[in-house]
Amino acid sequence: MAAIRLIGVTKTYGQVRANDDVHLTVEAGSVHGLLGENGAGKSTLMKILFGMTRPDAGSVEVDGVPVRLRSSADAVTAGIGMVQQHFSLVESYTVTENLVLGRSPGGPLRRLTHRLDLDGAAQQVTEMSDRFGFRIDPHARVSTLAVGARQRVEILKALWSGTRILILDEPTAALAPPEAAELFTVLRRLRDDGTTIILISHKMPEVFDLCDRVSVLRDGRVVGHRDLGPAHADESARRRLEAELVRLMIGRDQPERPHRPGEPGEPVLVARNLGGGRLHPTDLTVHAGEILGVAGVEGNGQTELVELLVGVRRADSGTIELDGHDVTRTGPGVRLRHGLAHIAEDRHTAAVAERMSIAANTALGFTDTPPLARGRWWLSAKRTARLADALIRRHAVRAGTTSDPVTSLSGGNQQKLVVGRELARAPRLMLAVQPTRGLDVGAAGAVHEALLALRDAGAGVLLVSLDLTEVMSVSDRIIVLSGGRIVGETPARDADPDLLGIWMTGARPTEAAA
Amino acid sequence: MNDLLTMAVVVSALHLAVPLIYPALGGLISERSGVMNIGLEGMMLVGAFTGTAFAYATGSPWLGLLAALAGGLLAGALLAVLCVTLRADQVVAATAINLLGAGLTAAFVPIVWNVDGTSPPVHKLTAWTVPLLADLPGIGVIFSSLTALDYGAFLAALAVWWVLFRTDAGLRLRACGESPEAADSAGVPVLRTRFLAVTMSGAFAAAGGVYLSLVSIGLFQASMTQGRGYLALAAMIFGKWRVWPALLACLLFGLADAVQLRLQIASTLFPSELLLALPYLLALLALATFVGRASAPAAVGRPFART
Amino acid sequence: MNPTLIEEIVTDEPNPTPAAALTGYARRLRGTLLGAPAAFLLTIVAALLAVLPIVYLAGSDPATAYRALAHGSLGNQNAIAETLIQATPLLLGGLAVATAFHAGLFNIGVEGQLVVGGLCSAVVGIHAPLPGILHLAASVAAGMAGGALWAAIPALLKAHRGVHEVVTTIMMNYLAFSLSRYLVASDGPLASTTQPSATDRVTDSARFALIWTPTRLHAGFLLALLVTALMTWYLYRTPAGFRLRITGANPTTARFHGINTRRVTVRAMLLSGALAGLAGAVEVLGLYGRYYDSFSPGYGYDAIAVALLGQLVPFGTLVAALFFGILRAGSVELAATTGISREMIGVVSALVIGFVAVQPAVARLLARVLRRTR
Repeated sequence: MAAIRLIGVTKTYGQVRANDDVHLTVEAGSVHGLLGENGAGKSTLMKILFGMTRPDAGSVEVDGVPVRLRSSADAVTAGIGMVQQHFSLVESYTVTENLVLGRSPGGPLRRLTHRLDLDGAAQQVTEMSDRFGFRIDPHARVSTLAVGARQRVEILKALWSGTRILILDEPTAALAPPEAAELFTVLRRLRDDGTTIILISHKMPEVFDLCDRVSVLRDGRVVGHRDLGPAHADESARRRLEAELVRLMIGRDQPERPHRPGEPGEPVLVARNLGGGRLHPTDLTVHAGEILGVAGVEGNGQTELVELLVGVRRADSGTIELDGHDVTRTGPGVRLRHGLAHIAEDRHTAAVAERMSIAANTALGFTDTPPLARGRWWLSAKRTARLADALIRRHAVRAGTTSDPVTSLSGGNQQKLVVGRELARAPRLMLAVQPTRGLDVGAAGAVHEALLALRDAGAGVLLVSLDLTEVMSVSDRIIVLSGGRIVGETPARDADPDLLGIWMTGARPTEAAA
Repeated sequence: MNDLLTMAVVVSALHLAVPLIYPALGGLISERSGVMNIGLEGMMLVGAFTGTAFAYATGSPWLGLLAALAGGLLAGALLAVLCVTLRADQVVAATAINLLGAGLTAAFVPIVWNVDGTSPPVHKLTAWTVPLLADLPGIGVIFSSLTALDYGAFLAALAVWWVLFRTDAGLRLRACGESPEAADSAGVPVLRTRFLAVTMSGAFAAAGGVYLSLVSIGLFQASMTQGRGYLALAAMIFGKWRVWPALLACLLFGLADAVQLRLQIASTLFPSELLLALPYLLALLALATFVGRASAPAAVGRPFART
Repeated sequence: MNPTLIEEIVTDEPNPTPAAALTGYARRLRGTLLGAPAAFLLTIVAALLAVLPIVYLAGSDPATAYRALAHGSLGNQNAIAETLIQATPLLLGGLAVATAFHAGLFNIGVEGQLVVGGLCSAVVGIHAPLPGILHLAASVAAGMAGGALWAAIPALLKAHRGVHEVVTTIMMNYLAFSLSRYLVASDGPLASTTQPSATDRVTDSARFALIWTPTRLHAGFLLALLVTALMTWYLYRTPAGFRLRITGANPTTARFHGINTRRVTVRAMLLSGALAGLAGAVEVLGLYGRYYDSFSPGYGYDAIAVALLGQLVPFGTLVAALFFGILRAGSVELAATTGISREMIGVVSALVIGFVAVQPAVARLLARVLRRTR
């Protein structure tokens, strides 16, 4: 019997069709995989299923009955639970307190006067934990738990509120292999107990380990379903299926290659044994006239790498040499002066100051030196405005006056402005992190062209992106980060998307690489 | 110093601590729900004024106390409208409440009593003499010099502790202060909870204020709180947003105040004007030892709106 | 960093065509004309309407009250001078609050900094044996240093320990009041033998000159105007001011672009304290000629309203200070003829702050209504 049926689900955001006539059936008591690249439409689909957004067209059936999911509460009532990538747990609370929070008995008066029975609840948690192998201490504070344990708490929380259909969004994105193994044990036991599980992922091994069936999404459409039954028995069948799925995910069309190969010169960035946070000690070199693409699934050490290179995170180990200067112990200011530019991953937190004007935001990092500053005591407003005007024109930003607040621009236009500002530094090394996020195709192309021009002018570029197509079409050389380590390196011109996909997803590279 | 003298200091310390304990508890409730409450000072003045005015009008300090609590609820609700409903900057809004409390109560003194600055004296809440306990040697004097409002402070602390840390309502309230998003996803009505918490904190602050006017001196004086709302806030921070440590901090500040009063009378070694600063200096030192925001509710000061 | 590209961008950019320049100018003008002054006026009107109940409760009516207020503040030469005299410390205090605000700091300790600034300037004004203008300059500098010193502790606690500046600056206020009372108490070290609760007179060489005889208006008012211009320049036309504002707007972005946000925080708070200290010094050296205990009727708190009403812009702060100057100067006659307490000014301050605090909510509401009607 089908636990879930999606019929012709369509959802459009502005110009983008996030979901396009999606049909999907999930059998009760099975683990169903949903594969796809970043931006393929998986998350939108699951948000619809969990009542967080409403589809423009199409319908949802649960256990054969059409349901209307107007809110998450509706979904919970229908027995659907979701564990998102960003947990919604109260960190300072214990596991039990987090579970009890969502399901409290009685009205306001009872809540005020009756003693909270945390011990009884803890007992229940222990029972449930033992039954499915969660291995969670009900009295542990969430803040003391590792990511994997927190995730199991989220699953417990979903089950606690009566979930029969469990959606997991990239559950292993931030897990170390042993934690992932623990998670899988739990999930298998849940399935054997009758829980239906939908697993969103782009990691091949876990899909093969867990799923009974898998659907592949690309550009908002379902491009194929496969039963994984045969693959579990036969190793060669599994290999074939793996390759087939990777192709379905990424698309048959080979991404465009850079038409002009770069001419790598001297190194502009040399990181030796550099480590911190999730990033294990790593060696990395970017040459002048080269674009080094960093591919990988989110949360595999990219953020740490970028923060270490910008200088806002202290290195646990290693050294950083920027254009011949040892900058390991310096802050962002010094690195800026030695020729670093940075297109930040999260624009809101690290690239713009939202209450300030467009002009002020374009002037960031230029205000201490000529031509904007004339000595320590004069900052030219005219030149600041001119700089903003120039960048707006050069990068086709749709903006009013430069004295308008930067928030008067759309997200895409803010991004163009940030890219323009960082390019204007004429950097020796450009750290471009997701530089085309939120841009339409034309604008994204312009950013890529600009990065290529920068490279041709003799700068080094480190391009960190979750979008494999972007990495392949712009880079000269590609490295893949997985689990905080560089797991593979290849010249872009020889890069095989299947191989990159396998590296990124952590599949065994041995024979496939050959 | 003989025994009597020491006990006198203890009683005086209690009397000086109670008007800190109530607002500290109010601040605790509000901040635990995620709303920074710098407006305690103004709410205290509202309580002190309404209490005196109604005690004056009715002749009953008890009715005055009730009116003070009602006034505090109103002041708290006003801050809640600003901070929770309208998502105004919590510090700016609370500053408005403080100045409004100070300005309005001072402006109403001549309107109500036709004099500037200070009201005529009103009936005070009288002390209870607890049978048996009051006859104890030594500490007996304590039980003949405290009013219902003094005992109430400790009962209130117990009640706040019980509700915040032992009931479901408290679990939900604290969740709003730690992670409103998580609370919201668990079905807790974040805005309603915060609104109630801030409103309640007004009543607590007013209880502290009315203590000053109807227990301590028996009249209202413009700006009579003398920064006690902020001292209470400092005590709450020093107590790391927990009930019993905050209560102890209030007692400590109260003791410092009592000691300086005692020294003013007993010795000419220290100038009295400087001694007056002792509680504030102590509060500042306490804050200086406090490291980071580590123990503050994680979401305090952050307005919540569902996206 | 290689400045050539940016040099090129800045110099190559064609001058805007006259038409474009004109539309840009018109846009800005419309923005300021309809935005800032409208918000200013609406806030004042709302606050004045909200105090009407007090006017009636005091047994007066708006027309009488308005006439008394206007006559007391603008009715004659002396009244106008009094308005400007009252506006002077409000302006300097408002600039202090605004500067801290720009850096993301809420300096509620202006009152205490003002007191300490006044004390320090008095000490130098009385005792330093300096000639002429040097003596005045030294006394003013001492006042600024005193204010900065009083802001230093909250600044350091904020930058290095993360203690919220509001509680610490308030505590510093009460310490300042105690210190002041002690110093000028009858047997205090600075007490005058002739005047209770005050210091001796400062030497004439340390006094601000009178600039509009026969009124009490002194050169301190001109100094405040000069400081307003200087603060406009500092905040909007220097690299340091830019760093300060960016740090207040988004500390993370500031840090990612090489700004030492801790240093900026400390400096902003010191500057704010220095401005507050200057306000105290101007009162002592200009108006009174000696330090009086509690010479400030709460300028430091009104300054918060002044800064917010002026939308944190120095020029706006000037206009707001004049408004509150009118209230303060007029309140004497208002109280005398209508019986409305002078505490009413505190209420107006509070209401102004409250109304400014809800401005974003009002703007959100307006935007929603506009979107719906379109």
